[in-house]
Amino acid sequence: MPHFAIVAVSILFDGLAYAMFLFITSVGLSVTMGLMGFVNLAHGAFAMAGGYVVVSLTRSYGVGFVPSLIIASVLIGLISARLERRLYQRLYKSTDLEQVLLTIGLAFMAIATATYFYGPIPKSVPLPDWLEGDVNLGFRAFPSYRAFLIAIGVVLIAVLWYAFERTNIGAKIRAAVDNRRMAESVGINVDRLFTLTFAVGSGLAALGGGLAIQLFGLTPSFAVLYLVLFLIVVAVGGLGSLKGTLLAALVIGIIDTGGKYAFPVAGNLFIYAITAIVLLYKPTGFFGRE
Amino acid sequence: MLDARGRGADYLVRRHYFRWPEALPWLIAIACFFVFPNRMTFGGQVLIMIMFALSLDLILGYAGIVTLGHAAFFGIGAYTVALASLRLGWSEPISGIVVGGLVAGLAGAVVGWFIVRYRGLTLLMLTIAFAAMLQESGNLRSDITGGYDGLPGLVFDPLLGTFQYDLYGHTNYWYVLIVLAVIFYFVRRTVYSPFGQALTGIRENVRRMHAIGSPVHRRLVTVYAISAAIAGVAGALFTQTNAYVTLAVFDFDNSAKVMVMLILGGAGRLYGPFLGAAVYMILEDYFSKLSPTFWQLGIGLLLVLAVLFARRGLLGLAEDARSLLAGSERGSFASRRLVWKRDYWNAIGSSAFDGAVIGFLAGFAVNLKEADLMMSYVTGMPARAIIFTLGGAAIGAAINAVALLIASRTAVEEPPS
Amino acid sequence: MTAAALQVEGLNRAFGALPVTRDVNLTLERGARRALIGPNGAGKTTLVNLITGVLKPHSGRVLLDGDDITGLSQAARARRGLARTFQINQLFRGLTVLENLCMTIGERDGHCNNLWRSAGSRRVVIDEALDHLDSLRLTDDALKLVRELPYGRQRLVEIAIALAQKPRVLLLDEPAAGVPSSESHLILDVVAALDPDIAVLIIEHDMDVVFRFAKEITVLVQGAVFTQGTPNEIMNNEQVRAVYLGQESHRGDRHG
Repeated sequence: MPHFAIVAVSILFDGLAYAMFLFITSVGLSVTMGLMGFVNLAHGAFAMAGGYVVVSLTRSYGVGFVPSLIIASVLIGLISARLERRLYQRLYKSTDLEQVLLTIGLAFMAIATATYFYGPIPKSVPLPDWLEGDVNLGFRAFPSYRAFLIAIGVVLIAVLWYAFERTNIGAKIRAAVDNRRMAESVGINVDRLFTLTFAVGSGLAALGGGLAIQLFGLTPSFAVLYLVLFLIVVAVGGLGSLKGTLLAALVIGIIDTGGKYAFPVAGNLFIYAITAIVLLYKPTGFFGRE
Repeated sequence: MLDARGRGADYLVRRHYFRWPEALPWLIAIACFFVFPNRMTFGGQVLIMIMFALSLDLILGYAGIVTLGHAAFFGIGAYTVALASLRLGWSEPISGIVVGGLVAGLAGAVVGWFIVRYRGLTLLMLTIAFAAMLQESGNLRSDITGGYDGLPGLVFDPLLGTFQYDLYGHTNYWYVLIVLAVIFYFVRRTVYSPFGQALTGIRENVRRMHAIGSPVHRRLVTVYAISAAIAGVAGALFTQTNAYVTLAVFDFDNSAKVMVMLILGGAGRLYGPFLGAAVYMILEDYFSKLSPTFWQLGIGLLLVLAVLFARRGLLGLAEDARSLLAGSERGSFASRRLVWKRDYWNAIGSSAFDGAVIGFLAGFAVNLKEADLMMSYVTGMPARAIIFTLGGAAIGAAINAVALLIASRTAVEEPPS
Repeated sequence: MTAAALQVEGLNRAFGALPVTRDVNLTLERGARRALIGPNGAGKTTLVNLITGVLKPHSGRVLLDGDDITGLSQAARARRGLARTFQINQLFRGLTVLENLCMTIGERDGHCNNLWRSAGSRRVVIDEALDHLDSLRLTDDALKLVRELPYGRQRLVEIAIALAQKPRVLLLDEPAAGVPSSESHLILDVVAALDPDIAVLIIEHDMDVVFRFAKEITVLVQGAVFTQGTPNEIMNNEQVRAVYLGQESHRGDRHG
């Protein structure tokens, strides 16, 4: 294979894995912001918390990696549902600024708590054998973990797509995103819908956080460092849109990977440039509503 | 006594008059010099932060533009002065900050022209992106900017040719204080001018402003440029007083920090930035030396409490307290009887449950921290589990009870939880 | 021949596939008192939004005193003397009534371009604002925050702002909407006492108000002008009655 093609395939593969991570973690944020207009900057903290739960389960309690991911997602999902009912609900009528401040405050508290219990040093997770090493796809060997990430991503996309487009609940969510007042007057209990969506979204964020440990290492500041990235994916993709989030995740994931390969010094410059260009051209993102 | 018409006119005519409490922050600032002579370097940084928060107040507090990227203009001012000194040998300080301010203001006008038409998440992301792009570009050309290591050892001429810089930051303190006073004077005039009035109008109801013929976009770009210029001057002073600058000035953290300072003191008020920046910096200085983690927890908790109970910052609280004492109808603390509703018990019970769960988990985590082993939490240490759980329940219930007590005395729109 | 105060020619607008304004022609002479009526969803507010510049038409023109303002922004049109009230109050709720008025006058005369002199030193503006309040009997509320006023008095402030713009053309969108019937006479008295030189278009559902106030009526149905005429002509028009059957609310049983 010519060198250029090899490089391109590598970039595409890594970019795709990165994009899957971005999608899984950000999709919840996009739907909840599109549904309720609630700016939840603690979303990164949910991801971080999920990661630390996985760390504790695998290292201190010997639970397998994949079961830990599932437990972490469910646990964080439940906790976030409780948080939404008790705290977030009071602020649905508040200004954007107040929502930003409250959720950033929560994120800070979460980071401080994580630092207290886990320290600032990056943590890693012990992986099962089948996730270490490479998987051979004939023309090339790819790292198993990233292949796993892509596989999970594809499965989740399919599941979410099906849930959104083909089920009753999905239809209700889409209706409520489109026109909340109309949905309410047709008898859809938007509040309960929102709690459910919020819980699932946060659970997915926790899953993403758990998956990210192997890619980036886990520190408490994960909560804010990657938050900006999630916000970018959501803003560029368009609030409340599944395919928007996916497209944005793919664009950002692949271009960032490629950019870092070609011009490592530029760092995150490409991502921010894309954000600015897309938003100036289409303020509501790829598939956002006007 | 004046009639209704007279009172109305009187209120508006007198609004911009200087009131004696306004001298207080300045007197305190001057007094600090004599009371804390060995903390003057820190004092200078506090004054710079006040200036930075003041610039944010103009666009966020008065015009209602929510930005998390204002550090961009702080950084532009900072680097203009640094590079001018290093590369052009321009080390005269006063003209330096003027140029820093102008460059930042120009950048503000250009960027503002593009982005002030947006609101919400779009605007937030554009401001974040701009600051981040500046930082990344600066890193790209770290040969010029010194990257994250920065440009140390900058040299500046004595002020007005005579006042030398000293190790204790005494000259710097007076320098920054005087610049702050000058800038504040202009900001105060702007706020009380018809233009300032228009800004609050845009914040309150931009639809109405369009309908009465206000050139909204032009107004917003103007205030954004002015705010950027002031932030630039603050940045320039930062470089001059530290004789050092790094790319960290563009950090997202700085933009978030100055917003917290402003909200803490009270946005939309002239003296909010003074109170907020001073309180924040002092608390940070004390607590982050004690324990950075504890400081972060504290500031997070403070933010949550502020949004729930003190939306208008410390100055807002002070206003409420004053009207509570005066027994007037204005302000959110009207004197009401305590009303205890039956749902309140529900709410407290719910909080007790939350508290118990959190307490239980906290005990669990403390266990983890002490012994990173598979120690059985409940059977191995039942006393601890019980204490943590009950303690959590008690704290949760208490917090909610206090919150309800406060809420039931005030005219609050939210239903009991 | 002097141009009409407001002239609307062939205005068309659709939302996606749904046409909401279809080839509308409308003329307001100086001093006009025209009511715009029609069943719900006829597109009356949309038409006002098109005239004021909130929406851009797909085709057609809007002329103010003979000048083509179709390409102008909302604010530019307002500066030329086109004022409107909104169906739901759009006020500066956190400010006092007096400040609401001063802001309007300040923007009208360009004072708000001034960053230096204090707003309080503009006695002329303050006095004019107070005059407007006096004429609407709002003076006692001058220093109250708008959000503390009952809805009926807020509605008066909404009209006061429109009048403070010293408009040549005034568009009132259901001025008495949401006002309790005990207070609606305040609004109606103001509308009746409007300066005879101003051209006024009022959207209204209440037929009593329409017949008391209007010298001409335009009936809008599904985005198009159904018919126009004097109140008597409209009242006796069989087709209008049919269109309105069961649609509008009124006191008295005048229509079937």
